[in-house]
Amino acid sequence: MSEIIITAAPPAPRFAGLRTTWRYLVRDKFALVAVGFLVLLVLAAIFGPMLIGELATRPGLRQRNLAPFSFAHDWTYFLGADTLGRSIIARLLVGAQNTLGIAFAAVVVATLVGGTLGLIAGYTQRLYGAAILRLADIIMSFPSLLLALIVLYLLGPSVTNLVFVLAFTRIPIYLRTTRAEVMELRQRMFVQAAKSMGAGHLRIVLRHIAPLTIPTLVTIAAIDFAAVILAESALSFLGLGIQPPEFTWGAMVATGRGYLQSAWWISFWPGLLIMLTTLSLNIVASWARTAADPQQRWRLQKLQRSPR
Amino acid sequence: MNPSPILSVEGLTVDFLSDAAPLRAVDNVSFAVAPGETLCILGESGSGKSVSSSTILDILDCPPAEIVAGRIVFEGRDMGTLGPAERRDINGRRIAMIFQDPLAHLNPVYTVGWQICEVFETHGVCRGEEARRRAVELLGHVGIAEPASRMDQYPHEFSGGQRQRIMIAMAIALKPSLLIADEPTTALDVSVQAQILDLLRDLQREFGMALILITHDLEVAASMADRIVVMKAGKIVEQGPAREVFTAPQHDYTRKLMSALPAEPAAGADRRSKSERGETLLVVKGLTKTYELPKSMFGKARSLLAVEDVSFSVSQGETLGIVGESGSGKSTVARMLLRLNEPTAGQAFYRGQDIFALDPSEMLALRRKVQMVFQDPYGSMNPRMDVFTIISEPWLIHKDILPKAQWRARVAELLELVGLQPDCMGRHIHQFSGGQRQRIAIARALASDPELLVCDEAVSALDVSIQAQVIDLLADLRNRLGLSYIFITHDLPIVRHFADRIIVMRNGRIVESAPTESLFGSPKAEYTRMLLAAVPQPKWSR
Repeated sequence: MSEIIITAAPPAPRFAGLRTTWRYLVRDKFALVAVGFLVLLVLAAIFGPMLIGELATRPGLRQRNLAPFSFAHDWTYFLGADTLGRSIIARLLVGAQNTLGIAFAAVVVATLVGGTLGLIAGYTQRLYGAAILRLADIIMSFPSLLLALIVLYLLGPSVTNLVFVLAFTRIPIYLRTTRAEVMELRQRMFVQAAKSMGAGHLRIVLRHIAPLTIPTLVTIAAIDFAAVILAESALSFLGLGIQPPEFTWGAMVATGRGYLQSAWWISFWPGLLIMLTTLSLNIVASWARTAADPQQRWRLQKLQRSPR
Repeated sequence: MNPSPILSVEGLTVDFLSDAAPLRAVDNVSFAVAPGETLCILGESGSGKSVSSSTILDILDCPPAEIVAGRIVFEGRDMGTLGPAERRDINGRRIAMIFQDPLAHLNPVYTVGWQICEVFETHGVCRGEEARRRAVELLGHVGIAEPASRMDQYPHEFSGGQRQRIMIAMAIALKPSLLIADEPTTALDVSVQAQILDLLRDLQREFGMALILITHDLEVAASMADRIVVMKAGKIVEQGPAREVFTAPQHDYTRKLMSALPAEPAAGADRRSKSERGETLLVVKGLTKTYELPKSMFGKARSLLAVEDVSFSVSQGETLGIVGESGSGKSTVARMLLRLNEPTAGQAFYRGQDIFALDPSEMLALRRKVQMVFQDPYGSMNPRMDVFTIISEPWLIHKDILPKAQWRARVAELLELVGLQPDCMGRHIHQFSGGQRQRIAIARALASDPELLVCDEAVSALDVSIQAQVIDLLADLRNRLGLSYIFITHDLPIVRHFADRIIVMRNGRIVESAPTESLFGSPKAEYTRMLLAAVPQPKWSR
């Protein structure tokens, strides 16, 4: 009985998994398109401003409220121009950097803070564990947009404050999920085993519990990214988000609001991009959930039949 | 062979599809059951026995499963040619199934009465008052006391055995001609198991049903089966009348299985310690644990006595068996000794030191000397760590045991000690079978050179033939390393050839404590006698 049976075991999930992940992605066409779109968007957000950055702020009197789909001007005016005659394509690219950057920063901060507090609240049975939880309840029970309005009104709108407010209102989601996960993991046998070996609290939390909460947190972060983009857009639309001359997609929608009847494209294109981005993120998150679930994974596999 | 089988399965082959080559779960399996006959499908986990029976009821998810070949003929009709509506009509009415875990298969938000009535209503037999009347009758039939008043209770208000009775009531509601029971007693205590098996036997006699009993438990199979099908890795290795299969097994695998029967006085029967009893290692005095239950709105605070006044001692090189059914407090005792739970009262002296009065640094030292092997080899090791990390963790915690340079060599040594190849230390835990995982868990427990090993149901999650191997390993290690064991189990026969002394626990109290020989030879307590009698007897010898 000293032989090792590995034939029936699934392949090691991490490093050999990269190619498998790609295969699963190809099997789900929606997810493939969504990932493609997001990659393109990230590339555009990183390199776009370098290439055509100054075009986004250069007004052109001749192109004021230029309608889209006209070849009369440069290709950068293909999607039209805004009230000051600035190219919408250029503004979308530059706005992508702000929009995605703020959302990314907010999600990372919320995940780190929420995850850490969740680990503590889930692991400890002391009073401060409960205190953390009540704090989360308070944040949750207060309408997040209203809270953001008040804070931004008091502190004044800036990119840092915006990230802070967005992260702060999202913390409870990560905190609650992590806590629930930790409470379950804490009872798991291997944690008991580590305890009986004499492992301290810090070792148990960092080595045995925290690594197992990461996949869940990453999945939530992907979905939450979309929600943060929407929240940021809403704040910018209300004028409490980012301030001119900086702008985001949400701010672009806001500028176009007054011209909806005469120049719909000013609001339409940034709105479309917000919608496509959140949609893509949701599709990718749902794909990731299927791929990570051993019970559902076969849906993404090429089912090979045996010959008969 | 009966000339007119009620169900025959011919050449059934089922694959599970995935990215890799399809996994053959069931391979060319053929068997038949006659009316009134009991067929036992015997096999260890993963042998394809449950997949075969799910195919009969058409409750297998396809895909990922795929029926590659085979025919299922029930009462002369080929099930493959029937439409979904006809198939549904057969399920429940003509063929019924009971499952291993009745809590998971009863809907928690409906009363049991409602759920039994539903069976009548879905099949359009009767409804309303008539359905209720018949449901009460059925509950009484399967041995639920005061059926009329218990009709309106929810599944969680019943005990495990009662829930299984309710499942059986639902299954026999429409007097099916075939009942499939998938591990019906595995989740139950021995004494309850005996009652459920009796019930199944009585009902079968009364209704003349055919019964397909799927089990991994040799004793259950022997006590119920007329004929036996032995499966391994999706194939049938042997089939025939129960008596022949048990007394004169043909196939090697069957022979190996039969030798794992604890009741058999096999060659390796004596696994008890041979060495002289050494000095006393552990003395436990009056150990007590009470749980405070939350106050109900009007009543006063109640408390639950989990362990009450338990005292025993363990000497060096000795094996102490603690036997009891679920809820007897045996695991709580183990957890208190390892300080995973704090006792309410009592003392435990390890080499004269009171375990419950140690300061943190003394406690850390004690954790080296007392190690625990847990029940579930799937859960007791971190799934994200490889074998080397798992086994070397004690050295990371207790920094003075071994310098880091020697870790690799020592892990290899430990793996060899428990019968695994040293080169598997880079693998993750999901790549091992249950028995191999438990060996790794034992290697980890041995890493800190312990003196006392507490095994909490250490073999209960393993298949029968693997159980014997792991116990052999433990016995061998004890003789070589001079270890002492506290071996906790619900399974009395398993400790018969392993423990030197046995403590029988019930409801938190010690019922009987005696050397193994005298406990089995002349049990004093009524409860011990009942436990011993609850071990199923073969059908042919009754």
